[in-house]
Order: sequence, then C-alpha cells, then structure tokens
Amino acid sequence: MIRDFEASEIDPLAVGAWILGTGGGGSPYLAQLNLRKLYKEGKRVKLLDPLALDDGDAVAVVSKMGAPLVGQERLVDPAHLARAMQLMEEYTGRKFRAVMSVEIGGGNALSPFLAAAMLDIPVVDADAMGRAYPEAQMTSFAIGDLPMYPLTLVDCRDNEAIVAKAASWKWMERISRKICTEVGSTSATCKAPRTGKEVKEWGVLHTVTKAVSLGRAVLDARAAHTDPIEAVLAHEGGKVLFKGKVADVDRTTTGGFLRGAAQIEGLDDDRGSKVELAFQNEWAVAFRDGQPIAMTPDLICLLDTVSGEAIGTETVRYGQRVTVVALPAPAVLTSPKGLEHVGPRAFGYDLDFKSVFAA
Amino acid sequence: MKRIGIDVGGTNTDAVLIDGEKVVSAIKFPTTADVMQGVVNAIGHVVASQAPGASPIDAVMIGTTHFTNAVVERARLERIAAIRIAMPAGASLPPMIDWPDDLRESVDPLSFMVHGGHEYDGRPLVPLARDEIRDAAMKIRDAGITSVGITALFSPLTAECELEAAEIVRSIIPDARITLSHTLGRIGLLERENVTLLNAALQGLGRKTIDAFKDALNQAGVNAPFYLTQNDGTVVLADVAAANPVYSFASGPTNSMRGAAFLTGLKEAMVIDVGGTTSDVGCLVGGFPREANNVVEVGGVRTLFRMPDLLPMALGGGTIIDPETRKIGPRSVGYRITEKALVFGGDTLTTTDVAVAAGLVEIGDRDRVKHLDKAMVADLLKRIEAMVEDGVDRMKTSAEGVSLIAVGGGAFLIPERLKGASEVLRVEHAGVANALGAAMAQVSGEIDQVFSGMSRDNAIAEADRLARQRAVDAGADPKSVVTLDTEDIPIAYLPGDARRVRVRVVGDIAFMKASQKQAS
Repeated sequence: MIRDFEASEIDPLAVGAWILGTGGGGSPYLAQLNLRKLYKEGKRVKLLDPLALDDGDAVAVVSKMGAPLVGQERLVDPAHLARAMQLMEEYTGRKFRAVMSVEIGGGNALSPFLAAAMLDIPVVDADAMGRAYPEAQMTSFAIGDLPMYPLTLVDCRDNEAIVAKAASWKWMERISRKICTEVGSTSATCKAPRTGKEVKEWGVLHTVTKAVSLGRAVLDARAAHTDPIEAVLAHEGGKVLFKGKVADVDRTTTGGFLRGAAQIEGLDDDRGSKVELAFQNEWAVAFRDGQPIAMTPDLICLLDTVSGEAIGTETVRYGQRVTVVALPAPAVLTSPKGLEHVGPRAFGYDLDFKSVFAA
Repeated sequence: MKRIGIDVGGTNTDAVLIDGEKVVSAIKFPTTADVMQGVVNAIGHVVASQAPGASPIDAVMIGTTHFTNAVVERARLERIAAIRIAMPAGASLPPMIDWPDDLRESVDPLSFMVHGGHEYDGRPLVPLARDEIRDAAMKIRDAGITSVGITALFSPLTAECELEAAEIVRSIIPDARITLSHTLGRIGLLERENVTLLNAALQGLGRKTIDAFKDALNQAGVNAPFYLTQNDGTVVLADVAAANPVYSFASGPTNSMRGAAFLTGLKEAMVIDVGGTTSDVGCLVGGFPREANNVVEVGGVRTLFRMPDLLPMALGGGTIIDPETRKIGPRSVGYRITEKALVFGGDTLTTTDVAVAAGLVEIGDRDRVKHLDKAMVADLLKRIEAMVEDGVDRMKTSAEGVSLIAVGGGAFLIPERLKGASEVLRVEHAGVANALGAAMAQVSGEIDQVFSGMSRDNAIAEADRLARQRAVDAGADPKSVVTLDTEDIPIAYLPGDARRVRVRVVGDIAFMKASQKQAS
C-alpha cells in the first residue's frame, strides 16, 4: 500500500525511465544526482499504491517543462518543483495528499520524487502516459476529458505564474508553453490537480514499479555480461524491429518542437535494408524501406546495441550502433479515444494505427 | 619535414623519427622510474641514427598518460577554487557534486556559487554579482590557492561573465592561474565545470611536465617546436597543452590507431592494438578513431570529452593461461613478463609462451616451451582466435569482411585468418604504432554552440568558419584544413530557428620556416 522507496532504486528508476522515454523526456541524470543528494541528507520518499488513494484525495502532478538543452545548463532544482506544488496549494486552498509524475519517460519520472523529498509527502506509483509525450493534451487525463486547469509554473528567479483557466487541453499547452519560453525555456510546473478517484480511473498505474524493475533488469544484464536488450524485451514483452547503424540525422524545429528523422542502415540480418525513425520530440513512426512498421502509441525505443542504454532524439548521432525495439503501450492510449490524442494522426501522419503487437 | 614522435606509456617509452612519409628509425625503451631520462634516451637514440650533417628536426610530438594517471591515482593534483556563476539556477547541484569523494578530497576545493550567467539566447539570467566574485577572490587569496576554475551559465554561447570574473580574480590574485570553462567545454554545465576543475587541478603538473619535456629535448640537442597529442588523435602546441592538460588525457590507443592508418594507408579499417595486459579494438573512420557513443568518465568524473570508441579485451602478451582449465586471462604478468614467462625462465604460462611454442614469434628461449603439448597449444591458439573474433565482431559496423590491422608489442597473437576480417594486416614498425601516430598527428578546431536568427545553411557555414579559425589559431596550415564532422540540432521549444551546431575540422601543422623561428 505504502512503502519506502529505497536509495538502491534510484539508479534503476533512471535507467528504466530513460528507456520508456522513447527518445524524449530528457536524460534523467541531473534529477538522479539531486535525488541521491537528498537521500544522502537523510530525506526519504514513500511510494504509495494508487489503489490506496481515497476518492477525495488531492494529488499533485509535477513536471519540468522546457528544452532539454536548457535543462543541461540550468540544472533542475527540487526547490522549484516543490514551490510549484506549494503555489498550487496556496491558490486552490487544498492540501495535497501525494504527488505523481505526468510522464514516466525520461527525467520527469524523477520530478515528483524531488518535490516529495522536499515536502515529505508520498509519490503515487503511477503516471499519465506510461511513456513520454511532448504536449499536455497527450496525457491519459486529457483522454479522460478531465479538467485541464489550473496550472502553476515556477522559474528560479521568483517568477511565478498561474494559468487559472484554459478553454481546452490544447489551449493549456499553448499558453503554458509561451510562459515557459519567456522565462528561458525551462521551468517547474504543477499541472491541474487530480482527485484520488481520477488517478485510479485515468492514471497509468504502477509505472514507477515497472520502470524500476525494467532498469534493474538492464543493469543486472550489464553486470552479468548478458544482452541488456534481451532483458528489456523479456521484461516488457517487446520486439526487436531492426538492428543497425545511424547513417544520418535530419532535424528541424517547427512549431516549437523537434521534428525530423534518423536514418538507420541495417546490420547483420537487416543488411541491405533501411529504417527511418520519424520523430516529434519522441520517436513517432518507424518506416522500413518506406513501409510503416511501428507507430505511436506503441513505444518505439532506440537503444545502444551494446549497453542497452536509451538514446534520445537530441542525442542520436551518426555512427551509433543501435537497436530499434517496440514495447506495448498502455491500453488507455490504444483505445479509440486515446488514438485521437496520441495516434499517428495526432502527429500529422495519415496512417491508421496498427500495433506491432496486434494478433 | 622531419618529425619525432614519442609515446610515454606505463611499460615502454617509444620513439620514432619520420622524414616525410618515411620511417627513419624507431626504438622501444622500458619506461624508467625517472620518466624523463627514458625520454632523453629515446630521443637521443633516434636523433643519433641520422647520417652526420642531417637537417634539423622540424617538430616533436609527445603522447603521454601523465595527466590521466594523476587523476586516476589521485596524486600530484593541486588545491583548487571553483567559482560557478549561475545563481539562482543550479543551486541544488554544487560544483563537484558527482566527483568521487576521494578525488574531491585530494583537490580540497573552495567552492563559490555566485549570481550571474546568461540564458541560451544571450540575455543575462540575472545581473552579474561582481561583489560576490570579489568576496570569493579574497577568500581564495587568503587560503593561498592560486588555481581557479570559473564556469558561467551558457558560457559557450556568451563568455562575458567568465571573462569579467577572471579580471576581478586577477586584480586580487595577480599570479592566479585561471581556467575558464568556455575555452574547454560544450553545452552541459556540470560536465563542462568538471573538465574546468580537473584542468585547474592539473595546472602545476601541466607546467612541470612540459618544462621537463623541454629539458629532455634540450638535453638531447633537439631544438624544435613540440606538441602534445590529444584525446582525438590531434595535437596542440606544448605551451597550450601546459595550460590545458585535460586536452591531453587519452592518447595511447588513439595514437596507435592513427599510426596504424599511417602505416597501411587505410582510412577505413579495424585496428587491434595488443599490449602486455590488454588489447584495444577500434575502428578507423576517415583515418581517425571512431568516437564513443556515451559519456566518457575520466578517473570517475563525467566529462563530455571526445574519446575513441574502444573495446578493451583482457588479452595481451603477458596474459596468464591456466594449463588445467586452459582458461586465458583475465590476469596478466604485465611488465614482469621478462621474469615470469616460461620463455624467460619463469613458471607462468602466458600467451607469449604459446605463441613462441607455435612458432609465431621468437622471444626468449624457445627450448623452454618445447615440452608444451602440441594439441594444447593448437587448442589455445583456437581460443585466442575466438576471443579476437568476438572482439572484432562486437566492434564491427558492417557484416562485410573488413581489413584488420594488428599493431602493438603483442600483435603476433593475432591469427592470419579471422572470421569477419577480409584480411589481417601486419606492418613493419607495428610495435611502435603509437609513437608513429603521435609523429603524424594533426591539429583540430571545434565549435559547438547555438546559433539563432539565421538559416540552417548560414549557421553551419558560420560554425565551419569559426572552427577553421580555431584550428589555425592552434597551429594548422589554413590551406590543409578539412571539415571532419558536422552536426546540427535544432532546439525544441526555442524560438528563432535556434540550432546547436557542432563542427570539427582538422589540418596539418603549419611548420614555421626556420627564418620565422628565429624571429619569434
């Protein structure tokens, strides 16, 4: 129901979350350092089973928002994530029972832990994506048509903003993105608070536990000199799509996002074949010799062939030896309503969703 | 053009003299306790090999593991002060947060986090707190520290804060040796700061080492500009290297691979460098070692250095074999091979003994391995072959057979035919490939910064121009400079078509004419 989150789980969480980040979400390294430091100072975080939430509990949803590159300079600070939560409490007049992550993919998997360690409240073992996505309307809460406001946003210079209301999830995304860009393209945010009932109905449950055990499987495989990619596949019921070498990366910024494609030339059994991984912050669609072979919301992950380490859309580069794998998506994302929000068409691809894992 | 290449390793000091493309002489000396004496000996030997009245040496290139070893051994480092200009950002992760405790203790740092720095778009984060810097400088002065590392937020894009802080520090500590992060690192504050502070900790050793090399050259009667090889197979002038020891961290394997490229004329090939304890397998791409995918740690510190992508294997000339289980390695007799190996009268079966028994090489006394069972020797060779094949397979990026160049003192262990290799190349002077690689090193220039408000083509062109300028500043002949690698990343969420552009160029060293040398 509620248990201590052990110091020994920090690194596996980071490794697992980076894989579930499907190319986006930013590297968890800095958040990892922060959390280790807080643990060293004696702080502890408790992990709460979402099923133990009371329907009326208020749950905070926190995340870093902004450009990964800026995050590499303006290092994430737990104090700001905590402040965004407090600001929300001040504004709504309600105390939070617990805090959760908006996305288990990438560095934001650790964001609620940083806030929780500062404020001494538990983290809910759940998120709202089961992976990473770039925009507010791509959460399971948006798919559930839950309220999208208010939102608080905090910058390191005592700039604090509250978006009191937005007409839709997309409007919330647009308005908050504008503020974030103005304060230097990095900020700490507390999204619309959720009730315990909403989390139980619409959250993607037990994803923290899943990320930790995925990360542990990879780290154990590395230590035992067995194939870490096999470990990922076995753990998630995933499939290898392609093995090769990055031959070209073409990136363009349009509409405030990183869009483009990585070209991967096949090696071994895939020789003579080519895969194009199209991305919008996260890997969105994989085309093999022109034909789509995997697409969002199935998780498309690009992993270092030797270490099993995830490779991000900003860090992928020429010459890397990589393995493309697909992992199954949470059911909420593959539902008809889910596909409206995060299916291939939500990213501008005129494709009917066909899962790699369809029978 | 005559060049001497020297590689100062833990086991051997190697030296070669090349004239244009021709190897005039080469020598391997055991590294002495007094490292410099070994260098003097090695230089003396190759210089003396010339005909009387030969033209003078144009340049000397030295590869050394001095600086890496100091970090790894936590020795010979000096006390440092760190000034980070980024507050109120990054407050929760102070300088050296991710250093191993023993390394942090060995530099006994004074750390200061002050207000200032810039945003990605050149706006100040907050006004620079000059008074905070002054206070820090006075505390540093009072502590008697003279080596200072300064890191400001987004300094690779806007260096103003670092430059101004350096002036303030210098006004209070006139003899301070100051390392500014923008001169060393790329985007990524923590990694850039790490490199800056490692560099600060190596200031004294850097100066001392370069001076000692200078003395060694003088003693050997060589009066030529000298360079230190860098992590990426290029070189910098010794005086630049003295100020930036971190540039010269990794050089042995890189030099070996470059030497292999030089000896074979191949630009695309695999290289296996077989030493006494380990072998490194790497790939040549365009004549340079392929870079590693991941973040590189030096002595346990995370950096953004470019390092060659190497697969180390526990297979060398001194690798111990268990005759019972026929297990090869991972332990090695290392530099004690001359007393431990069977062929030298010792009692330990090593890979060298097996190679001698099989007639692959003549080392020591062959009669001492006569008794080895032929079937066992054949089986062990098979096992070595399988190890090498596995290493080659793991580093290969194409299923086609590639050329494999075998270099290093233990190159005789590599079989003539290997699965996955179209050919195994052995070349004369393979044993001193590392010194050769040093001798033929080039200079590079790199740019890694964010451009905005211009088209992609213009941004790349501008980055290329700046990188070329850097290469020329570092001693490259402008006419020989070529672009080696270019990469651009538009930045998600940032306005103004902002993109991070990274360009690397290399060029041949512009040797000053004798007349210019005298003038300078």
